[in-house]
Amino acid sequence: MTDQTGTSLAPALEMRGITKRYPGVVANDGINLEVRPGEIHALLGENGAGKTTLMNVLYGLARPDEGEILLDGTAVRIAGPADAIARGINMVHQHFMLVPVLSVADNILLGEETMANRVFLDRKEAHRRIVELGRRFGFEIDPEARVGSLSVGWQQRVEILKALYRNARILVLDEPTAVLTPQETEEIFAVLRRLASEGHSIVFISHKLYEVLEIADRITVIRRGRVVGQRRPAETNEDDLAELMVGREVQLTVDRGISHPGEPVLRLSGLQAKDDRGNLAVRGVDLDVRAGEILGIAGVAGNGQDELVEAIIGLRHPTAGTVTLAGADMTGRSPRDMNEAAVAYVPADRHRFGLITPFSLADNLVLTSYYRRPYARGVIRDGDAIQRDALSSIERFDIRTPSAMVTAGTLSGGNQQKAVVAREFDRDLKLLVLDQPTRGLDVGSIEFIHRQVIAKRDAGTAVLLVSAELDEVLEMSDRIGVMYAGRIVAIVEGRTADKNEVGLLMATGGADRSGITPVEVPA
Amino acid sequence: MRSAGPKPTVPVKGRPGLASRAWSVAAVPVVVIGLSVLLGAVIIVFSELLVPGHTFDIGLPVVAYSALVSGALGNPDAVVSTLVYSTPLIFGGLAVGFGFKAGLFNIGAQGQFLVGALGAVMAGVALAEVPAPIAIPLAALAGFVAGGIWGFIPGFLKAVSGAHEVVSTIMLNYVAVQLLAALVSGPLKVPRSPSPVTFDVGNAAFPVILGRNGHLGIALALLAAVFVWWLLYRTTWGFEVRAVGANPDAARYAGMRPKLITIATMTFSGALAGLAGTSVLLGVTHSMTSSFGTTVGFDSIAVALLARSNPLVIIPAALLFGGMRAGAGLMQIKAQIPVELVDVLQATILLFLVASPVLRRVLRVGRRHSGPTGVDTAATPAAGEAVAI
Repeated sequence: MTDQTGTSLAPALEMRGITKRYPGVVANDGINLEVRPGEIHALLGENGAGKTTLMNVLYGLARPDEGEILLDGTAVRIAGPADAIARGINMVHQHFMLVPVLSVADNILLGEETMANRVFLDRKEAHRRIVELGRRFGFEIDPEARVGSLSVGWQQRVEILKALYRNARILVLDEPTAVLTPQETEEIFAVLRRLASEGHSIVFISHKLYEVLEIADRITVIRRGRVVGQRRPAETNEDDLAELMVGREVQLTVDRGISHPGEPVLRLSGLQAKDDRGNLAVRGVDLDVRAGEILGIAGVAGNGQDELVEAIIGLRHPTAGTVTLAGADMTGRSPRDMNEAAVAYVPADRHRFGLITPFSLADNLVLTSYYRRPYARGVIRDGDAIQRDALSSIERFDIRTPSAMVTAGTLSGGNQQKAVVAREFDRDLKLLVLDQPTRGLDVGSIEFIHRQVIAKRDAGTAVLLVSAELDEVLEMSDRIGVMYAGRIVAIVEGRTADKNEVGLLMATGGADRSGITPVEVPA
Repeated sequence: MRSAGPKPTVPVKGRPGLASRAWSVAAVPVVVIGLSVLLGAVIIVFSELLVPGHTFDIGLPVVAYSALVSGALGNPDAVVSTLVYSTPLIFGGLAVGFGFKAGLFNIGAQGQFLVGALGAVMAGVALAEVPAPIAIPLAALAGFVAGGIWGFIPGFLKAVSGAHEVVSTIMLNYVAVQLLAALVSGPLKVPRSPSPVTFDVGNAAFPVILGRNGHLGIALALLAAVFVWWLLYRTTWGFEVRAVGANPDAARYAGMRPKLITIATMTFSGALAGLAGTSVLLGVTHSMTSSFGTTVGFDSIAVALLARSNPLVIIPAALLFGGMRAGAGLMQIKAQIPVELVDVLQATILLFLVASPVLRRVLRVGRRHSGPTGVDTAATPAAGEAVAI
């Protein structure tokens, strides 16, 4: 999508000199953003760079201290989300705002009811419009389908339909591809291109540089609340964008070097586990992770990866099979036992599992070792030792914080994850289990964490890496296991793996296995 | 932002000053108490109009409140009386507050209070002739254990079956009332006594250590507050309790056992409430009638909420409520305001506390954040704060 619309048209949206101050921080500092009709405009920046604040200003959730917003060349004051929607601005959030038990049509109609009369909905008319809208943008959707039964890719389309149903002209997408497979991403991109070609303006927020290069007409990069550059995809590349974003040179792909795998450390055989609803989510997994190697698990979220990890780490009781650690049977042992056996775990959800956000950073740094010396003698905690080691961790893992005593919840996502990593990596390990270790982090933090993982591997730790980010798995892993419907359907060499083939395996479970050695799948 | 040495070099830029931090902590309780006093004044003025022959008297609240204050603090006896009234509230406030720290709403402090007193009276009567140095600790221990058992039951039920502690403790309150009535008018009753009353606890009674009736329980309550603070903030047990209260998933991940901690917390909370009953029985009444029992267990919830569950802040919060009880009599004599006004004041304090998220917004105080991430969280409503204090 090149700049086919030309420059003669007035921008659909113009934000001029937007400044938004919060106590102690300038979130937006004179930001200018201009989006033309039919343009896909990418907004790129690290966590905390001010993207979200800027979009909150646009959506009427925050009032700017300075600056103005122009729609089609006319200055407007946006009073709130309802006002924004009425003016044709719509947002598709990273976390979908859908009601899973309701149908596609009901979700779309929520808050924008098409009425037959004062009392009753005009469902027929609503269905007709939904189907027609879908067709116009290249997909068939069943308005009666329950949203909860749809894949994430389709849920995303429902979100977009929701916006289109409200006659959105300006569509803001906040990290729309975070949860999609490469194939689903391509499909959504096709939809976005179609939207743009019909004159819709799209603001595309993302961390993923290659995606931005692929989809955007123009890219605005912000750092620390300021616009630091604007590029067209043709005149830039990933390294350039990363440097703009972070403010220094960033190594995007960590050199994983050569691994020297040793004996198997973790051995899973016939492992089965149920999810919280009692359905079998892990359906017989056989897997070896060797000392000094990174074994990546690729898979679309929800194919049993979380349950697999929890069954290994002791948070979930396996219903069948065994977990062996360095020759010792550890099946069904508690998280404390696994921790004592030199197993570390970085959970996917740092807010739910990894941290106690109202607690201080220092307390969080000893969350899994608080009961041991030197942090406690008997039951009495040693505040000095906790503080001392916290300061040392803050130093060595470059956690940016005003002090060790601030609550973990006040740190940025990247620094929170560094705290988890500092806690879990800071000892000799046999096995390191990483579940989505870099989800939602900016490139600088990702680079840092990847380096730490490689260092652990090179020190002889067996690393199990689960990630929904296929690129992360491909970049980091020595071997890749593809998980589909509760099973490992294939294991491929990390260095030679082809992204599209792995993506296909993730999506289909192995319909096309050409060139890949499939693993025996138990029936 | 970082330092190499053990001494942290904390940048002070942008950090609120001491005064503003003190305000952010004290603003809500101060405003809540102030509003309640004002509302109480309005009630005093207008309820007077209902009395035949009385007229609109704008000065009456001043008379009433000054009588209340002098009844609570006016002379050494009044101060001791305030301490005596506050003692069970300190224990009870600690009980409820300790539960809050683990994310448990122990609304059953009243039942545990009664059962604790029952345990103390049974042991005390049995030990009435035994030398005091043996009788007192054993009788107090009995009250502690009895309350603990009454707390263990809902804790255990929650851990094994998920039964919510609010429901099970409320039901156990009724069981406690009936159990007490049955025992006091049955096996524990003094034979041939015209009314249901137990024997005196004799040597097991708390000695008076202060003024006319300031008993040993006062000192024990203050020690208990310090001990609970130490337990919560200086031991690994307290760390586990607070971790489970703040985030049970993360606690489980960290190798703690939330179910076990739930049971232990409810048991200890019940035991503290049991000590509240013990302090009244061994310190004040020395025997039990079937009408034993005030609203201490329920008032304790207000104390814990007012103190935001901080064990040391529970002391002044309990003194406030205890002082109102102590001064109520003089208020009734001097201003002809019924002692029940104190209940009204307590209730309005509680209501305003429950509405504290609204107050926080009005007063513009709250959790301080810095940086854009904090800004995002500040935008979300403080849901659940009212209960999760």
